[in-house]
Amino acid sequence: MSHTDHDAPAPSAPTGLSRRSLLQGTAGMAGILATGLAPAVHAQEKIVLRYLGTAVNQDKAIAEKFKADTGIDIQYVAVTTDDVTKRAVTAPNSFDLIDTEYFSLKKIVPTGNLKGIDTKKIKNADKITPLFTTGTVAGKAVGDQGTAPKKVIFLEGEKSKVFAKSPTQFMSLIPTVYNADTLGIRPDLIKRPIESWAELLNPEFKGKTAILNIPSIGIMDAAMVVEAKGIHKYKDKGNMSKAEIDLTIKTLIEAKKAGQFRALWKDFNESVNLMASGEVVIQSMWSPAVTAVRTKGIACNFQPLKEGYRAWAAGFGLPATLSGRKLDGAYEFINWFLDGWAGAYLNRQGYYSAVLDTAKAKMEAYEWAYWMEGKPASQDIKSPNGDVLAKAGAVRDGGSYEARMGGIACWNAVMDENEYMVRKWNEFVAA
Amino acid sequence: MSTTTTPAGPPALSPTRTVKAWWQAAPFTLVFVVFFLIPLALTVMVSFWNFNEYELIPGFTLRNYAAIFEGCSTLTEHGDFCVSLSTYLSTLKFCLLVWGITLLVGFAVAYFLAFHVRSPGMQTLLFVLCTVPFWTSNVIRMISWVPLLGRNGLVNQGLMGLGLVDEPVEWLLFSDFSVVLAFVHLYTMFMIVPIFNSMMRIDRSLLEAASDSGASGWQTLWNVIVPLSRTGILIGSIFVITIVMGDFVTIGVMGGQQIASVGKIIQVQTSYLQFPLAAANAVILLAAVLMIIWGLTRLVDIRKEL
Repeated sequence: MSHTDHDAPAPSAPTGLSRRSLLQGTAGMAGILATGLAPAVHAQEKIVLRYLGTAVNQDKAIAEKFKADTGIDIQYVAVTTDDVTKRAVTAPNSFDLIDTEYFSLKKIVPTGNLKGIDTKKIKNADKITPLFTTGTVAGKAVGDQGTAPKKVIFLEGEKSKVFAKSPTQFMSLIPTVYNADTLGIRPDLIKRPIESWAELLNPEFKGKTAILNIPSIGIMDAAMVVEAKGIHKYKDKGNMSKAEIDLTIKTLIEAKKAGQFRALWKDFNESVNLMASGEVVIQSMWSPAVTAVRTKGIACNFQPLKEGYRAWAAGFGLPATLSGRKLDGAYEFINWFLDGWAGAYLNRQGYYSAVLDTAKAKMEAYEWAYWMEGKPASQDIKSPNGDVLAKAGAVRDGGSYEARMGGIACWNAVMDENEYMVRKWNEFVAA
Repeated sequence: MSTTTTPAGPPALSPTRTVKAWWQAAPFTLVFVVFFLIPLALTVMVSFWNFNEYELIPGFTLRNYAAIFEGCSTLTEHGDFCVSLSTYLSTLKFCLLVWGITLLVGFAVAYFLAFHVRSPGMQTLLFVLCTVPFWTSNVIRMISWVPLLGRNGLVNQGLMGLGLVDEPVEWLLFSDFSVVLAFVHLYTMFMIVPIFNSMMRIDRSLLEAASDSGASGWQTLWNVIVPLSRTGILIGSIFVITIVMGDFVTIGVMGGQQIASVGKIIQVQTSYLQFPLAAANAVILLAAVLMIIWGLTRLVDIRKEL
């Protein structure tokens, strides 16, 4: 605190009372500030970690359990997926821990706003599922089109702005949750099996389909459809050429002009409303939205399709400026998160956790069999807050972990031609 | 600023008075400069900058403006105008429709409140009634249109129950119709208030004079009331037009995100960190709105009327 040094010799006598008292006031303030930041007092202060992420992952129960276990406070800062990236790029000091998707790393890492996470300090680092480190599930390689985590998970050093080609000691993000998305359908209104992404643009469902209006994800869903219809085979759906973007958008515009879409949606709740009200019978959807429709007592399937899934993954990152006890606290949180309790909690919501072994230890055998092994439920399956999600005998959509995650076709991505893509997407919306 | 209040009645104001007047205007000027002019200048500046995926690059380039108007000289392969042009046309179309309808409805309601409701108590009560739609959140209000206008909604069930239609009417929701409906529902109030205010200031003896001179009800309305309410009409119009031009939430939700608006394009661009493009769009939008307002103020000299 250099303030005190500067202010102390200042009171040069004859400047009058008001100025003098003002100076004393400043010195006093600086004094308070100085003591407030003195190490002795600081050591007893509680650590509060500002956790930036989307509301979907920020569960109250997780923060409460962590506080009970370690005494460290988690303060959730909930914004949208796009805003997490925006904050990480434009205001990197406004959080102590970031929970963001792997595809946004292409925007964040080059700014140098994140520090590499030292895997030597992460107890379960070597147990993180190989899906992230080598891109395999049960020894078999899965689709790696788009921003597959294995391409961006390692950094060349703690302070690095480039991704490492091969595994290193430093990770950009420690994975938290991930899943594989597909189309949601209303089986009661469709009344026939749905097996392909191509059905989204099937004229049979004219005026009863929806696609999501987040350009970078919507275009991937559209690409799955284009490929399923046999119009074009992409080299990499997650990194299209300009011509490929043109083709994909052209297909979407033609469908839109023919009245194929009832709506586009951007918000989780919009997709739930569209589906629950019957405005839409087949659409891009996210797993928790399907669960939300089901808890209203309405039939809704997260339909596995033969072309595979579009996967996404999120993880914890640390801002480059984080240091001292807050940094230790953040490492403690990440270690705690991988230790099983949180993993089990997430698995029960239909997501997947990064370290499967520790989560398994905290789940009942019948839960593990239903969620992860694709077996029929031997008793009613409940969500973490006690709602019945599936009756005894039910089987999870998409089956086991291996069947589902093994069926990944591509990953959420940021394309090299991102700017062009967003412009063309606006053209689709305006058409 | 009239000179009649000065006892000596000099032709020019004394210097001390001028200084005082500046001081009085200073707080608002300051707010205006800090929170409007400086951000606006920054927006204009950034609109000429370059950018990549993660950072803004200071400089001077016309690339952002060029990108907005790219392909606008020809029609697209689908026979449409380019994105910017068709988006502006669609936004202008909504603007015109909403302005026309809110003006008619707002004028009628204000007329009723000002000339047919006699007691001030009743006027206040009815006024408060007009604000009821604003008591809930904007988003909730818009989401509740779905069960009303949707395919299985109340209106469609009613129509089918009455045997008027066999199939549900699809254009009630996620269409131009629903967008205009929501706008009118939301913004008629902004028309009512200023028009009502103007009408209340009309000297009632003018109406009696018109009637004594043998003017019919319509003639009085057209030749006396409308001209005397034009300040209110103008202010209401400015409110409605500026709000509709910049809106993206209502058009998004009620149009099922399938209808483009300038505001929506700007929002998408900012969320993808394409700030210079968004800034360029904002500058163009601002210019368009300013031109509309300039045109309106040509019709009515608002400073003279107030």
